[in-house]
Parts: sequence; structure tokens; C-alpha cells
Amino acid sequence: MAKKKANVNVAGCVACGVCRLQCPKNAISIYRGCYATVDENLCVGCGLCAKACPANVIEVKEREVING
Amino acid sequence: MANKKKHWYNYLWIWSIIYFALGFFNILFAWLGMIDFILPLIFAIVGGNKWFCNNMCGRGQLFWVLGRKVGCSRKKPAPKWLSSKWFRYGFLIFFLTMFGTMVFQTYQVFAGVGTLRKAIKLFWTFKVPWEWTYSGSIFPDWVAQFGYGFYSLMLTSTLIGLIVMVLYKERTWCTFCPMGTMTQGICKIKEKGAK
Repeated sequence: MAKKKANVNVAGCVACGVCRLQCPKNAISIYRGCYATVDENLCVGCGLCAKACPANVIEVKEREVING
Repeated sequence: MANKKKHWYNYLWIWSIIYFALGFFNILFAWLGMIDFILPLIFAIVGGNKWFCNNMCGRGQLFWVLGRKVGCSRKKPAPKWLSSKWFRYGFLIFFLTMFGTMVFQTYQVFAGVGTLRKAIKLFWTFKVPWEWTYSGSIFPDWVAQFGYGFYSLMLTSTLIGLIVMVLYKERTWCTFCPMGTMTQGICKIKEKGAK
């Protein structure tokens, strides 16, 4: 089943955490101060994080999800 | 919008405003800004995280409040180079150089080679008279000199942040904030070491 999920371009992420504050599902965490990670089981693909990201490294993409 | 539990540290944007207000009356309050320099480094060095940036940076919160809630931001994507590695580290080096220059000026006053200049410098260029904020204290002059230098640095970087907030995304400043670059760098080194 295809679903929209937020996808972080880790290389360009500055780990500011703005996306995490916006996520209504608490699906985002900042991995050891290095970059943002998205829990795809929680992400609903709303795109609030992508809209807020100052580095423009989050994209909402169609994703094949098993157990989706 | 996310309905999240509010914590005391979600309101530190008020602290950002109070900080600049205090420095308008007495420049010695500028020293309090050192908290914003030291805390993020402690979090990064001890905890290996960016909890300060992520949760309690008053400046970042202020940009969010003004940019998103008040609506003073165009919310347009910033140019890619602004968050590129070379610009981030270049700006960090520039910032640290300017910080070093400021410490040196403080040292000159301490050593008696220079005299206290009761002015702040915006964008490292424009001198603004600020003499009403200091008329002697129990501290030696170099303490006030550092205050003037540090306040200039804080005000300048906030103004840069406000400009990019208006032009681009609310917290565009965060992408090249020297403290952010430094703490992420420390975290990345720690993360590599942990593997």
C-alpha cells in the first residue's frame, strides 16, 4: 500500500529540531544531535515538517509501506 | 496544528526580548548572554545532543513567534548555499574570529593599553553610541568593555536572523547559526566515536 511519508535528506539536515516541534504525531526525533529521523509507522505525511524546515531537506514522498 | 504540552522552556523567546531590554539600561547585563553560549556546548559535549537548539533556544523561538505566529515571514525556501557546509563552517570561523577580536579588545582595556569605548558596533561596522548604559560600577572597565562587545555580537546576529526570517523561512537563521553548527559538529564527532 502506497502512502505519503516525510523523508529527510540527512546530509543537509542541521538538526535544529523545528520539524520535530511541528509534527502533530510526534513521529520525528533528532538522532544524537546529528539529524532528524522520521518514524514511518507514525508519520501521516501531512507535510507540516517540510513546510517548517529552514534547510528544505524534508520531502513528502509516496512510499511503499508493508503493514501499512 | 500540533497540540502539544507546553513546558516552561517553550517561553524562552521572552528571555530573548528581556535580554536586549536589560542591555539597553545597563550593559553589564550583556554577560547573561554567556548562558546561551555555554549551555548548548554543555548539552553537546556532555549529552551528545542538541537539546538546547531543539527545545530551549530563545532566539529560535522568537523567530518562530514573529515569523509564523505574527506572520512576519515570507516562508519562502532560502537559497541552498545558505545551509551548505562551506557557508556554515565559513560563517562559524568568521564569527569565532570576531569573537576573538572582541576578547582581544577586552584584554587591551584590562592591560591598560586601550580605553573603554561606550558604544556598540552593529554588523561589525556601524558604531552606535550606547554610553547611557554604563557609568562605572564595582567592576573594572574591562568587564564593561566585554559587555559592549558581547551585546554588539548578540544584537548583530539577532538582526541577521530577523532579516533572513523575513526573507525566507521563520528559522532560517538556525541553518547557519554558529552555535548550531558547532554543537552539531560536536555531536557528529561523538556519534562517530560511539560506533
